[in-house]
Amino acid sequence: MPVHKKNDWFAIFNYCFLALVALLCLIPMIHILAVSFSSSAVAATGKVTLWPKDFTLASYEFVAQRAAFWKSMIISLQRILFGGAINLLLTIMVAYPLSKENGEFRFRSFYSWSFFITMIFGAGLIPTYMVIRQLGLMDTIWALVLPTAVPVFSVILLLNFFRMIPKELSESAYMDGAGHWITLWRIYVPVSLPALATILLFSLVGHWNSWFDGLIYMNNPSNYPVQSYIQTIVVQRSFSTMTPEEAKLMASISDKTMRSAQIFLGALPIICVYPFLQRFFVKGMVLGSVKG
Amino acid sequence: MLRKRWTREIPLHLIILPGFLFLIVFSYLPIGGIIIAFQKFIPAKGLFGDQQWVGLSNFQYVLELPNFSSIMWNTFYIAVMKIILGLFVPIVIAILLNEVKHAGMKRGVQTAIYLPHFLSWVVLGGIFIEILSPTDGLVNKVIQLFGFEPIFFLGDNKWFPITMILSDSWKEFGYGTIIYLAAITGINPDLYEAAQIDGANRWKQTLNVTLPGMKMVIVLLMVLNLGNLLNAGFDQIFNMYSPMVYESGDILDTFVYRIGLLDAQFGIATAVGLFKSVVALILVSVSYFIAYKVADYRIF
Repeated sequence: MPVHKKNDWFAIFNYCFLALVALLCLIPMIHILAVSFSSSAVAATGKVTLWPKDFTLASYEFVAQRAAFWKSMIISLQRILFGGAINLLLTIMVAYPLSKENGEFRFRSFYSWSFFITMIFGAGLIPTYMVIRQLGLMDTIWALVLPTAVPVFSVILLLNFFRMIPKELSESAYMDGAGHWITLWRIYVPVSLPALATILLFSLVGHWNSWFDGLIYMNNPSNYPVQSYIQTIVVQRSFSTMTPEEAKLMASISDKTMRSAQIFLGALPIICVYPFLQRFFVKGMVLGSVKG
Repeated sequence: MLRKRWTREIPLHLIILPGFLFLIVFSYLPIGGIIIAFQKFIPAKGLFGDQQWVGLSNFQYVLELPNFSSIMWNTFYIAVMKIILGLFVPIVIAILLNEVKHAGMKRGVQTAIYLPHFLSWVVLGGIFIEILSPTDGLVNKVIQLFGFEPIFFLGDNKWFPITMILSDSWKEFGYGTIIYLAAITGINPDLYEAAQIDGANRWKQTLNVTLPGMKMVIVLLMVLNLGNLLNAGFDQIFNMYSPMVYESGDILDTFVYRIGLLDAQFGIATAVGLFKSVVALILVSVSYFIAYKVADYRIF
């Protein structure tokens, strides 16, 4: 499209406006980062805007010395490892049979409806909580990982991807004597690596960001994953997990800078991987949301 | 032939079995637990234990609560406003972004606006509590700079719902923008050329080519959003509300949490949850039906 002279004012306005919109999305994060690196006295008076004043690492040193913070980080790491692996494995194993034609797999409709219904009808908070409790999963990492073991949305994404794989591939494998199991792992999985990467990333981000299940299924706060931990410290502002030594240390830095440091640390892994993974997500989102 | 078909089919059942078992235990068993809504439930006796049946009295109790109508209104109001804003803002930004010819600028803006979508409401709630603080928050500093009185966004019943609606739109508009941008990219460039030859300026081209080209995706997302009519956003509100704003900010989900897990009134909380699930099921079914009719959208 040729650029008309009279439209140049629009272009300038448009660039400025969009730059402003983009900044509005980043400023809150930058502000918190600046506060976390500022000395407590300056931060408490609200003088810090987008650049740290009186630069100090005190709040990060304090967080680094908190055993409870590291414990929650380790639990989150375990969670994304187990959770990601289970989600990926089960997504593959559910999507493969469902990607078959009705004639090939007679109970396909029954299975797909069973999975689909759980997407639109949930039991609600209390019955789910009671089931987890009666299975004896409270205070274990399995309470965080198993209830969402099969991510149905990812299954739909992957089964649509599997369907695009040319039939000739699996047919020739069948001729060579391969069963479904071999065909799945030797042909479908290697061919689908981009889709699988997208699904895995969805799952990892989802597990990292979950906080409510940690809050309700862990009776003991020392079992909290990091987002649940941050929720109690930053949002509920409850410091019940603090030891007397920590409380003494805490007096030397402000509440505000310490909260900011923990907020930032909770978002850090996402911010680090985000630039590299964004493209994957864009593809995955568009594929999953608006297919014909 | 029949036997051969079975031997070929059985492995498929075995492959799907583990996932199906998880589904039974963690999705269908809880759905069975909905019976709690009709019981005077005592947790110690267990989910399928010998509980006292009370019929519909849990539902009746909730309906007669003095604040139930305000909770329904809050849920509905916040959800509808979020849906409207969540539709409007991304469309405008996508159209403006499509006019940007500089590739680096385009990518930069996309990257920036998409980021909040990936951060949890715990992190963002923490950030908003800081920057919206009436005494030393960044936003109120700016407001005071222009000579206005500071606003207690999260503690004032007049401002709380608006704050929820705007901050949700702030978090999610980047995600919507990318979907709409993909839809615009799919529009046939010949149409723009033809419009230009007919003398259409950029505004006319937007009205007569871009918007009609996006129509399908807009309708589809609008219809699919219908299913969320009773989801005003638990994660967000739970992380930013306080007893001060229960009056204007309490929604069905936060209400269930408080009476269910905090007050241990399991039967009543399940009744509210069931009510919500049934309404959601109806809305989702209707919206998928419309999506199928209008946009030929199918899930499988």
